[in-house]
Amino acid sequence: MTAQIPSSAFPEEQFAENLPQRHRTARWMAAVFQISTVFGIIVLLTLLYNIINSSFGLVAWQYRVPPESLAGMPLEELPKEELMRILQENVSANVLRRLEREKPLEARSQEELYALVMERVVQPKIVKTWSLVDSIFRRGEIMQEVARDYPDAYLRFRSWLNARFLTSPQSSRPELAGVRTAILGSLWTVLITILFAFPLGVGAAVYLEEYASDNWLNRIIQTNINNLAGVPSIIYGMLGLAIFVRAMEPITSGIWFGAAEPATANGRTVLSAGLTLGLLVLPLIIINAQEAIRAVPNSLRQASYGLGATKWQTIWHHVLPNALPGILTGTILSISRAIGETAPLVVVGASTFITVDPTGPFSKFTTLPIQIYQWTSRPQDEFRNLAAAASIVLMVLLLSLNASAVLLRQRARRRIRG
Amino acid sequence: MTNGSPGSELSAGQTISTALPQLYKRPRIREAIIQAILFLCGVLSILITAGIVYELGKESLRFFTRELWESTNKPLAAAVDASTTTLEVGPAGTSLRPGDIIRLQDEILRVEAVEGNLLRVTRGVKGSTPAPHPAGTEIFRADRVSLAEFFTGTQWIPQIGKFGILPLVNATLMTSVIAMLVALPIGLAIAIYLSEYASERARSILKPIMEVLAGVPTVVYGYFALTFMTPLLRSIFGRDVVEVYNTASAGIVIGILVLPLVSSMSEDALNAVPRSLREAAYALGATKLETALKVVVPAALSGIAAAFIVAISRAIGETMIVAIAAGAGPNLTFNPFQPAETMTGHIVRISGGDLSYDSIDYNSIFAIGLVLFFMTLLLNIISQRIVRRFREVYE
Repeated sequence: MTAQIPSSAFPEEQFAENLPQRHRTARWMAAVFQISTVFGIIVLLTLLYNIINSSFGLVAWQYRVPPESLAGMPLEELPKEELMRILQENVSANVLRRLEREKPLEARSQEELYALVMERVVQPKIVKTWSLVDSIFRRGEIMQEVARDYPDAYLRFRSWLNARFLTSPQSSRPELAGVRTAILGSLWTVLITILFAFPLGVGAAVYLEEYASDNWLNRIIQTNINNLAGVPSIIYGMLGLAIFVRAMEPITSGIWFGAAEPATANGRTVLSAGLTLGLLVLPLIIINAQEAIRAVPNSLRQASYGLGATKWQTIWHHVLPNALPGILTGTILSISRAIGETAPLVVVGASTFITVDPTGPFSKFTTLPIQIYQWTSRPQDEFRNLAAAASIVLMVLLLSLNASAVLLRQRARRRIRG
Repeated sequence: MTNGSPGSELSAGQTISTALPQLYKRPRIREAIIQAILFLCGVLSILITAGIVYELGKESLRFFTRELWESTNKPLAAAVDASTTTLEVGPAGTSLRPGDIIRLQDEILRVEAVEGNLLRVTRGVKGSTPAPHPAGTEIFRADRVSLAEFFTGTQWIPQIGKFGILPLVNATLMTSVIAMLVALPIGLAIAIYLSEYASERARSILKPIMEVLAGVPTVVYGYFALTFMTPLLRSIFGRDVVEVYNTASAGIVIGILVLPLVSSMSEDALNAVPRSLREAAYALGATKLETALKVVVPAALSGIAAAFIVAISRAIGETMIVAIAAGAGPNLTFNPFQPAETMTGHIVRISGGDLSYDSIDYNSIFAIGLVLFFMTLLLNIISQRIVRRFREVYE
């Protein structure tokens, strides 16, 4: 008898039996992974849908004085004289005198007079709003509802995101409110953030990458920066409140510079907010700039030293120009983080209701995200619509910033390869 | 013109030094100054941390040493003039003990001894001036927020001097746990799909989408939670079960917020696993799934764990979503459909109003902030330790 290999050494049958089961599991799980990924996309689409759905839609208007009772034809088409007559008939003498003082009615254009008639006489007011999807698919029901509940109201389609929304200041009346003050506030704040954090961040990165030797102090600095990047943003807000708003109040309110009245000024200014956000993004800028500097090939530095350049000359003329696209990419991403940040600014004390544009570092301010927060926390539907429209503005701003960062990164990569 | 050689121009007024060049290093003042400035930039980060700890610590210290005047419900039984050192309280005696600090109107007194319903006191301590008080003046006892009360108290009601942080911590943990239930499994699945399954083309589409998701500002997520997630939950579980403000909706949306963070950090960890490991697994007859779950994921475990911990820390510190969607008002509840205010939500709400700098509210948010800071710091340090300690180094 010849020695046979026992069949149990390789359980072929068992293996074959097991195989379909294993393949089934594999297919199942592959589907699960795929669905999870699709989930991410669905969430993003839902988010966009949710915002867009509230930014456009039908609106029921009610007029204090119905326009057709004023004239036989649409008000926009009325000649100047007619509009003046309407104003003189319907506005109290006091108000009329004030308007004349601002600018004589005669001297105003037809559009200006029309706007005045709308504001002073017709006084449209929003009584109810509907979302975009409802406006499209339930138009009939909505019209019935309006006819039943608000017999003298008008139904019109309104895009909450319009030119007027972008150029009007904040207002307590949702039909007039806009985001100009908030956008300007965001820009001022971010300008100060850049001026403060960019030089300091790049300086720190250059020190850590080019100068720092491997000793305990530098290791602590590095670890510390990594930890700072993980500190919740609201903590920076509290730091800003304690240091910039309170301790440095004479500086941040502008009293030292004679830019503000000592009696009314306080530290809750654009400057405090910009510096607070600067502290917040500083670790991010440092870490990104470090990576960019690290990516500059050593041969460049050695070539520069070989030609007799000093350390700083090497850094200034060779390392930094080569690392610049990377540094800028990181900085842009950090800046877009700063623009979207809300919590620290609420703590630092952004004004929630302000109608005058910020004019400098010592102005009171509000920013776009704070405006959204404020509108979202109000119970009326109209303000939710405004919050949605402002969200679109904010996201377009951030996406274009991020897109420019991505483009910059790709161009830099091509240049290094080329 | 003597000769046309170029060297002649040089010799016009100068002598070419024939001495050896000086071979020692010359001090370069400019370079030294620049280096010093750059060093200061680096040190600034330490100052920021020191500033955070100092400011939070200072205000927290004030919070814990501040006197809260608590009514004893025992009015003076008889009028006293400015020099009497014996106070008569009601017939039922008093709960005061020797050494207690009490207050009558604006005067602060120290109790020296208690004899039945007579209090022997020192008048006018702590810089206050003794003054006469009529009968019926209410006696207030000085109370402080003790550390034990702060960390174990189950009520946070500043108006009546109750400062127990548990309701706030509980709400923070609830939203974070819900967020992790969403973000961890889905984030890991996305990471596995992107690194093991997706084609190059799919990756080039999916990765930017995840980046966009990561770039959405938190306040927009807050809006999303309030106007989409909450109505969705209410239509699923019923309007009488789910409140308008609740921790479940905030938690789920925080989970969506940290999803890109989890997936991109985990994917980096999975990508760092060398190809040879996968090929070895395939050679042994493993399916793609078995390779991914039993070889690649364990090999990348340290990176994945670090991603999870960073995500938890992010969820704990997240503010705007909970401020908008989780409700205002500390509430110790384990029901995710009830409103409950988190630590961050409370800080934002209190500081959003007109906050007086010399109030217990102002001090209290710094105490909460300090707890929050140490919680996230601890998590971040653990995550860095894990990466350094357990990283599998290949090659």
